[in-house]
Amino acid sequence: MKQPQGAGGVLSGNGLKWALVAGIDIALLYIVTMMYAQGEIAFALVILLLGSIGTWVFTSEKAYNFRYVYPSLLGVILFVVFPLIYTVNIAFTNYSSTNLLPFERVKQIHLDKTYSSGEEKFALSLYQHNDAYQLQLTSKQNNDEAYTTEAFSVAQLPAAISANKSTIAEGDKLTMRDVIKLRGDLSQLTVMLPNQSELVMTSLREFGSMAPLFKEGDNQSLINNQTGDVYQPDHATGFYMSQDGERMAPGFTVYVGWDNFVRVLTDPGIQGPFWKILGWTVTHAGLTVLFTLIIGLMLACLVQWEPLKESGIYRVLLILPYAVPAFISILIFRGLFNQNFGEINMVLNSLFGISPEWFTNEYLAKAMILIVNCWLGYPYMMILTMGLLKAIPEDLYEASAIDGANPLHNLRHITVPMIIKPLIPLLIASFAFNFNNFVLINLLTGGGPNLIDASTPAGATDILVSYTFRIAFGSYGQDYGLASAIAGLIFVIVGVIAWANLKATSKLQEQ
Amino acid sequence: MAMVQPRNLKYRVWAARLFLIVFLCLIMFPFLMIISVSFRSGNFATGSLIPSNPSLEHWAMALGIPWEAADGTIMEPTFPVLTWLWNSVKISVVTSAFILLLSTTGAYAFARLRFRFKQGLLQMMMIMQMFPAVLALVAFHAIFDKLGNFIPWLGLNTHGALTIAYLGGVTMNIWLIKGYFESIDNALEESAAIDGATPWQAFRHILLPLSVPILAVVFILAFIATIGEYPVASVLVQDMDKLTLAVGANQFLNPQNYLWGDFAASAVLTGLPITIIFLTAQRYLVSGLTAGGVKG
Repeated sequence: MKQPQGAGGVLSGNGLKWALVAGIDIALLYIVTMMYAQGEIAFALVILLLGSIGTWVFTSEKAYNFRYVYPSLLGVILFVVFPLIYTVNIAFTNYSSTNLLPFERVKQIHLDKTYSSGEEKFALSLYQHNDAYQLQLTSKQNNDEAYTTEAFSVAQLPAAISANKSTIAEGDKLTMRDVIKLRGDLSQLTVMLPNQSELVMTSLREFGSMAPLFKEGDNQSLINNQTGDVYQPDHATGFYMSQDGERMAPGFTVYVGWDNFVRVLTDPGIQGPFWKILGWTVTHAGLTVLFTLIIGLMLACLVQWEPLKESGIYRVLLILPYAVPAFISILIFRGLFNQNFGEINMVLNSLFGISPEWFTNEYLAKAMILIVNCWLGYPYMMILTMGLLKAIPEDLYEASAIDGANPLHNLRHITVPMIIKPLIPLLIASFAFNFNNFVLINLLTGGGPNLIDASTPAGATDILVSYTFRIAFGSYGQDYGLASAIAGLIFVIVGVIAWANLKATSKLQEQ
Repeated sequence: MAMVQPRNLKYRVWAARLFLIVFLCLIMFPFLMIISVSFRSGNFATGSLIPSNPSLEHWAMALGIPWEAADGTIMEPTFPVLTWLWNSVKISVVTSAFILLLSTTGAYAFARLRFRFKQGLLQMMMIMQMFPAVLALVAFHAIFDKLGNFIPWLGLNTHGALTIAYLGGVTMNIWLIKGYFESIDNALEESAAIDGATPWQAFRHILLPLSVPILAVVFILAFIATIGEYPVASVLVQDMDKLTLAVGANQFLNPQNYLWGDFAASAVLTGLPITIIFLTAQRYLVSGLTAGGVKG
């Protein structure tokens, strides 16, 4: 059957592809333009670059094979690589809860500040009609000049309300005592007069006119209209500074170079806890891998032991801690270990008459974390070693049995040497996982008990990631820059672990 | 059956059995306790393993039903547990579907197609997989904060942002699927190619139908990983009715507001379906994990 060339081309897969690519590109270009207009140049560039590569990959025949990789690579680049680079970038800034915004926005915030200039003053009286209120403002300079606002309700307080020249208000005039009750609400109100000047509450009986607090001076400086002080932006600290060195909040985000890294390595309030936490992170990850491996290997040997007929049931039950979501198990343990209400202390109390302070004693808290983590982690090791044990030829054990070896000999001379090689990459991966086992620490102890000599929020059971998290999102003020610097240091450590793992794996594959 | 058997085999089997049973008792203790707690009345009540005065009050709370106590006071459910469960399931299903889509095509290319930088990209992915998302949380927070200015459904406090942030988890799955693809004989696709099939047709009609088991494993693994994810969700989502289960469950055990019983009921209610999924799929999961792990 013959089809008109043009229509067929558009309707076939190729035409659809072009339409789809064009549609996505137009949407991306729109977003890029918007970002560029708002000064987010880095974001705009990343999207432009990835968008162009994508367009090329999906339209050029040369790049056909890349079409299958591009989507997954895009995922990795956008959600792993880009955040990583972005984190490193933040590590060199003073981005924090006091220096959150870019320079231009902070300048605008300062320029938007107002003060009551006191040029015009109005006496206020408040009228109530059912739930609606009206303000009547009478000029103190000129008694004939009076304004009445539109009706407003206190429950839904408008930010600004316009007033007209009139003296008629509905309802009853409220007494001073009632006005005082509404003081909090009234102070949030801005009244717009017909001549566009704005009034705010300046005292209990008075509304006054507002004027901008700052005007722009030379060299991006700001001049205080009230006092005449000049504030210069200091791009080293990220604050506007007055001549006598006084900082004006909020500050803006600036690059501070290696400051955050220097702080980690030299500030005694950060450095001390940092090394302590690093030590505990390594100990915790190492001991967890060791203990879970011992328990897991032992159980794997037991459940694969042929004379034990009913081992299938044991196997399913032993995997249970792995099957329950970790966040639930960890929280269960948090409750069970609770010093006063927890079941574990109740049992210990009735058996031995002790009730350990699991959450307030540093060493007990650490022991508790190791216990819980072994409980959570041994099934994984059991599964892994079960797979590896199956691969060991049966006749090796036969031969050793003829020689009269006991199970301990078998373990030392047959089992461990046979499985250790394929196990090493998996153990390194497990170490890396526990090195960053944030969920466990955060949900079980939250890092506590807190260290006393620390200038940042740091606890005895904090591992590096939970420490970073607390600096970034804790309740003591958020220092994103410092947190990112520590995250950068962890990247290096994890990178080394990952590299070691890669080497171990490839060595294994060569054999 | 091994031919050479030690003489004291019988005692050894019984010793092993005894050890396993004691060990299992220790392992099961938290689960039995949490089920028991969920049926006890009161939030601090202490009691035996079998509750002396069983009560369904915590289960009513977990299911969002107001409960009338014995003295006539009505207790309103403290937290929207079912909403959290729904949020978690919704986000996990969508995320897992996307991860499956991205990692299957990626794995196909790495297993079968030739292109430049293949080895380098594979190794890069292996290393990238080790970096936890917790470390990049500041960046995620800042990125989605800014992105929300341009695309509202990708801003902070949206499920869109959360789903997108989880897509970085494709790397590990690419390795798993790639390992499986490589175990399938290439001859089938080659003969299809001789008959004139394009790479896409060979992939879609030959390789995919053969790979359903590993795809199911990857979907379940991604689902379980997403539903249990805590740090990213705790930073990106704040509203009470938008929380996921992992973040929400944490709210029960605040030192100031310690709702042990309510937590127990919610934990059993929400943990059970995931556990059942896991146990049903465990045979496949185990083989998938070890295969991908050892080959990786």
